[in-house]
Amino acid sequence: MAYDSFHTLESTAVPLPIENVDTDQIIPARFLKATERKGFGDNLFRDWRFDQNNNPKEEFVLNNPTYSGKILVGGHNFGSGSSREHAAWAVYDYGFRCVVSSFFADIFKNNCLNIGVLPVQVSEEFLKTIFEAVEENPKTELLIDLPNQKIQINSTGASESFEINAYKKENMLNGYDDIDYLESMKEDIKTFAVNRPL
Amino acid sequence: MKKTLFDKVWDSHVVRSIKEGPDVLFIDRHMIHEVTSPVAFLGLKNRKLPVLHPEKTFATADHNTPTLNQHLPVADPLSRNQLKALEENAAAHGISYWGLGHKKNGIVHVVGPEYGITQPGATIVCGDSHTSTHGAFGAIAFGIGTSEVEMVLATQCIMQPKPKKMRITIDGKLNHGVTPKDVALFIISQLTTSGATGYFVEYAGEVFRELSMEGRMTVCNLSIEMGARGGMIEPDEKTFTYIKDREFTPKDAAWDKAMEYWSTLHTDEGAAFDKEFTFDGSEIDPMITFGTNPGMGMSITKAIPKAKEIQGSATTYSKSLDYMGYREGDSMIGKPIDYVFIGSCTNGRIEDFRAFAQIVKGHKRAANVTAWLVPGSHNVLKAIKEEGLLEIFEAAEFELREPGCSACLAMNDDKIPAGKYAVSTSNRNFEGRQGPGARTLLASPLVAAAAAITGKITDPRTLI
Ligand code: SF4
Repeated sequence: MAYDSFHTLESTAVPLPIENVDTDQIIPARFLKATERKGFGDNLFRDWRFDQNNNPKEEFVLNNPTYSGKILVGGHNFGSGSSREHAAWAVYDYGFRCVVSSFFADIFKNNCLNIGVLPVQVSEEFLKTIFEAVEENPKTELLIDLPNQKIQINSTGASESFEINAYKKENMLNGYDDIDYLESMKEDIKTFAVNRPL
Repeated sequence: MKKTLFDKVWDSHVVRSIKEGPDVLFIDRHMIHEVTSPVAFLGLKNRKLPVLHPEKTFATADHNTPTLNQHLPVADPLSRNQLKALEENAAAHGISYWGLGHKKNGIVHVVGPEYGITQPGATIVCGDSHTSTHGAFGAIAFGIGTSEVEMVLATQCIMQPKPKKMRITIDGKLNHGVTPKDVALFIISQLTTSGATGYFVEYAGEVFRELSMEGRMTVCNLSIEMGARGGMIEPDEKTFTYIKDREFTPKDAAWDKAMEYWSTLHTDEGAAFDKEFTFDGSEIDPMITFGTNPGMGMSITKAIPKAKEIQGSATTYSKSLDYMGYREGDSMIGKPIDYVFIGSCTNGRIEDFRAFAQIVKGHKRAANVTAWLVPGSHNVLKAIKEEGLLEIFEAAEFELREPGCSACLAMNDDKIPAGKYAVSTSNRNFEGRQGPGARTLLASPLVAAAAAITGKITDPRTLI
């Protein structure tokens, strides 16, 4: 088992209603110098979270004690830019297990799935409903139900279904990763390699 | 069935198709560097797995390396540690390693093509999103995360659903002073940074056919900035001439055999794309970005769009302009700048330095400008010296540095100070990308050169 399995998650959410949040914001390049995967959560959204003297910027949502939880809700086109998996690690390490947005950049989405963070893509409308509900009452809980591919705002019962491909879903439910799968088909890969011209 | 170029290359690499899941795709070439590989090697160690195909894996140090005094030990202990980890991992697994100071060292996407590692019809991955560069040769090339780096090291395969297909066709002739960078920035400004998410792009038409291999690399490099997985261009005589006799390209009979395969690599007449765009090359101007993502670009002569004219959230837009210290409606021409960065895997090749030299020749660097000229590789550095460009740069009071990613991502000391404006030939103008608080204006080497000698945003066409 390569990472924690994911079934359902019920939690309050942290809203970040900004579009095109890129991975350089999620974790700036100067924090990519580690050779081990730990401690990245401390630098999640570093330059939005802290000023140049490392004092927390009060207006940033992660510094606002009103909001907390295991679900991060972001604006359209979340995770664009650099392929750095460190961005997904930072999100995970900070304590998020799920990111909700109306649109994800490809590589970031893949990276999340590969480490056990569930990206949940909802409609533009539903995203707005979530932002409004959380803003109105920061204690609002969201329910992420992976087996039924459903996301629900508990207080109102409003819900929407989300897509995930069957293979990835199986992986998330069981905490398997791609290497487990690929290892199981190693002989096929070896045979294939023999016939490659390059 | 009629197939696109992308279909042909993708389909021939599928080891297994998983129902309602991804394809298992065989990878021909895997490039690694110091930043995104150490945790992958750690993963291998924990799983007690070897590297399956060290001979298909190539390591270079570039992201973290200093661009001055490369002969001295790297001062930053964290960077030094990462470089050491790469060297040790490469040695332990029998992977060729072109570290700091090695004559083949350079930015991963610059050295790959230089040594013929990049070939038509290949699948190429690297833990860096601008791996799309290699698509210029008709390869399927894309960036991957560290878990996937581990996957490829262990199994030479990756698991990905097949992306959708997009074709961008641009015919017509480019105007004087319009470079491949402008073409790419133009496309991104039209499609936005998420316009091609989920797609693999094929660039077609006269404009791309006429581009040099270097120019094609610049265009494919920037595919990721509109969200695409990658971009590719059909290989042709130019491609074959470029790669012939390079160190890792096939020789003699193997070359002939490869040519048989390569000559099939084109989109069949009538093959279907999921989405198509067409633009007119003659309508593209020199471009510049004014905001904090590469889609926020426009013709250098235009005014910054008003919030009500753009798609997307007005709050995000004004946050972006605030960061840049600009106002909607401002003209970009004449705006003062502080730094110029020419380099990166987007525009750090010899052609880019030639273009820069073309403008700065006979001029002097503006007194208010600090300029960093960073070649993409030792090869490029060597060519700059051999072609006499260095003398032009020195006469104009520019200093040449040693190869690396440098201010493209500012992991080393090459950081633009907070609040300063930098005209950069690199690929990302995100907040803080070039240093905390730095303000980046993406542009071509010609626009960068014009800014470097005038100290402000200047239309390069007035100087050629
Ligand atoms: S130059 Fe920039 S984009 Fe290119 S490989 Fe280096 S960091 Fe990545």
